[in-house]
Amino acid sequence: MPPYLLQEMTQLTFEHIVLVLVSMAIAAAAGLPLGVLLTRRTALRTPLLGFANVMQTIPSLALFGFLIPIPFIGGIGKRTAIVALVLYALLPILRNTLAGILGVDAAVRESAIAMGMTGRQLLWEVELPLAAPTILAGVRIATVTTIGTATIAAAIGAGGLGVFIFRGIASVDTTQILAGAIPAALLALLSDGGFSWIERRVSTA
Amino acid sequence: MGGSLSQAAALEFRGVSYRIGGNLVLDNLNLRIESGRTLVLLGRSGSGKTTALKMLNGLLFPSSGDVLVEDRATTSWDLIELRRSIGYVIQEVGLFPHFTIGENVALVPRLKGWPPDRIAARVAELLEQVGLEPAKFLDRYPRQLSGGQRQRVGVARALAAEPKLLLFDEPFGALDPVTRVELQDQFLALRDRLHKTSIFVTHDVREALRLGTEIALLCRGRLEVLTTPDEFVRSNGPEACAFMATL
Repeated sequence: MPPYLLQEMTQLTFEHIVLVLVSMAIAAAAGLPLGVLLTRRTALRTPLLGFANVMQTIPSLALFGFLIPIPFIGGIGKRTAIVALVLYALLPILRNTLAGILGVDAAVRESAIAMGMTGRQLLWEVELPLAAPTILAGVRIATVTTIGTATIAAAIGAGGLGVFIFRGIASVDTTQILAGAIPAALLALLSDGGFSWIERRVSTA
Repeated sequence: MGGSLSQAAALEFRGVSYRIGGNLVLDNLNLRIESGRTLVLLGRSGSGKTTALKMLNGLLFPSSGDVLVEDRATTSWDLIELRRSIGYVIQEVGLFPHFTIGENVALVPRLKGWPPDRIAARVAELLEQVGLEPAKFLDRYPRQLSGGQRQRVGVARALAAEPKLLLFDEPFGALDPVTRVELQDQFLALRDRLHKTSIFVTHDVREALRLGTEIALLCRGRLEVLTTPDEFVRSNGPEACAFMATL
């Protein structure tokens, strides 16, 4: 492998990771509280989950395309890509937070209330710890998907490993395609493995 | 605000009805329990006995009428304070699976802000009282215990913060007959030693006769009889007879 390629690969991998981390941080920061809110406000469930579901259903390239003409959040570049990736990651986090908390044994929840826990104590000491494995599974799915989808972000000038793949396809250069595809696949596998390790730690606790 | 229960926790249902959907679950229930007594709410499934129980610790509120704890309507109590001064034991036990046995029993004292050494001493004392060796059980998790042991922990948890009032919702219903009798014996021993006001929900007339100082028989949301176990055996209402026929 030529040295210039290795250097670019390092740089694009870094860009890719930043893109994913920023998107996931925003998606989690929005998705977890929203998921908790959905357990408390039944009326919001259908509209919010519906919105997240529609976002997830739009093909990724099309979603990037839709966002370009929108002012402030759209245009060409990283910002648009992050908006799209966040919208994508939202559904699994939202859905699993909701499912995890609703899945807490009714007798356990009733005991917690009857023992005189406040709403906050119920959430932090009972619901979230017991829902943690399910919530983590949602974050895991979202992260792995985002690593994959982020390769397409290169199409709107957001950088990342997709740059190699698109350029390799355009110039019929297998080396470049693989220089993008292999690190992207490795990133996905590594994060999946990392999450599965964390999940094991959490569920034995 | 606040104010915990004094030694004398008398309870009263005053014209209490509870409606859910089109159903009248409780129909003008009037009933008073003096402090230190053990009232058994007896009835079939759907008779409203659990609903009545859950009104005492503010898990449910009457559609009309008042439920009074210490002569104060539950609607005017600080609910968190009220619940922390009432022990609650349910059939499903409801131990926190991610807490150790020690942490489960320590819950209400911790919520009430007891100092750690007092909590530790109390937890050990209680486990001893319900027949579970503290050294052996303190650090175990609920899933490592048998059903009977879990329910003993449930009773210990309910007693932890020295409540003046204890609520039991078919606590021994899911246990095998031998364990059930053991736990009933333990209940009687605790009852005679602690003199706490207790409300005990069951559909088992044998259990009702054994444990209650009073029995209130509920039928379709109405109070049919309120009497002592001795009198209950002689009562001739239709529902009472139906229950006596199960003996």
